[in-house]
Amino acid sequence: MVLISVEVNGTRHQHDVEPRLLLVQYLRETLGLTGTNIGCDTTSCGACTVLLNGESVKSCTLLAVQADETEITTIEGLGGPDGTLHPVQEAFREHHALQCGYCTPGMVLAAVSLLAEEDQLDELGVREGLEGNLCRCTGYHNIVKAVLACAGGRKTPIESSP
Amino acid sequence: MIPAPFDYVRAGSAEEAISLLVEHGDEAKLIAGGHSLLPLMKLRLAIPAVLVDIGRVARLSYIEERGDEIAIGALARHHDLETSALLKEQVPLLASTAHQVGDPQVRHRGTLGGTLAHGDPASDLPAAVLALGGTLVAQGPTGKREIAAFDFFKGFLETALAVDEVLVEIRVPKTADSGWSFQKFNRRAQDWAIVGVAAVVNGTTGIALVNMGSTPLRATAVEEAVRSGASVADAAMVADEGTDPPSDINASSEYRRHLATVLVRRALEEASS
Repeated sequence: MVLISVEVNGTRHQHDVEPRLLLVQYLRETLGLTGTNIGCDTTSCGACTVLLNGESVKSCTLLAVQADETEITTIEGLGGPDGTLHPVQEAFREHHALQCGYCTPGMVLAAVSLLAEEDQLDELGVREGLEGNLCRCTGYHNIVKAVLACAGGRKTPIESSP
Repeated sequence: MIPAPFDYVRAGSAEEAISLLVEHGDEAKLIAGGHSLLPLMKLRLAIPAVLVDIGRVARLSYIEERGDEIAIGALARHHDLETSALLKEQVPLLASTAHQVGDPQVRHRGTLGGTLAHGDPASDLPAAVLALGGTLVAQGPTGKREIAAFDFFKGFLETALAVDEVLVEIRVPKTADSGWSFQKFNRRAQDWAIVGVAAVVNGTTGIALVNMGSTPLRATAVEEAVRSGASVADAAMVADEGTDPPSDINASSEYRRHLATVLVRRALEEASS
């Protein structure tokens, strides 16, 4: 067992973990933060995306021991402590950017990371920036609209979805 | 999917990692970003007894000018490469190729040294380093040695690195004035290339192929044709010479040979324009 110390959503946690424990299992099973979903479990779908020191990563392809001494943000920690939604969450609600909702936590966190890195985003930039997240309902149109609504340099308005 | 049990040791420096490799021999595997190794471990295709984590060796993530070359620490991530102003200016092929690897989440974790040491013929960056004629620096118990990228890839997932060596640095020539192109054909944005081509022309000429054999390959016949003044169309026709492309769910070997000629033509056209 290896002792790790991780700050998750602003709270410091210390646990002895088995080296092979994946970060996503640590978050879901040790900490009970089940907002992070497991989709494909093969680094493809992005449902398990969390922020590691502010950058999007797929928590199915990271060992919990690799996250030692880092700061993690999951969907539970994105909004304010009083339940206020993060602007990206608000935009997802506003633009109806979800259908079944399974990909949503990962989509939202991937979008937060993308928006932090790119100050000028057009539609293509958003679509490319969300390449690592799959929506099996194929509801991409409204997701892109929601993220564009949060982007400062909105250049290409998207037609309203059918 | 859960990896088989292993012991985990974190190395604070390349030297420490080397002594751990000496101690554990081929029972040990190095892990940096883990984006090649962990998927294999989860599928139990790799079952190392000891994992030596070099991901925290912060001083191996530099990207800096050194004479006519750019020197890159092995732990520089794809994200560092794609956003480096120095690299975009001096070795745009490498910055652009890094930008096309996987997806943003993968690029936040995967490292240049990791993808080279893994030696997957379907990876993008090894072909770019091959086309550039890069130099790889391996550090072992007795010091450092340099390996030309052309001599580095030995077989499927096999490289020139000894079991007690760590890849510490990659150097690529400045090619700001050269024409270049990276072409990748895949079905979904984040997929491995079915076939890919990295090309540098003018000054240096290097053409390398992704997923056309058991290692990343240099298209030496194309390079020779370009050097002897052949037209783009003629040079592209010999793109599959000396290759042995696999057949798999994505493409037959024949189709890959066809793709190679098409993509080499596009790469040469873009690089020459």
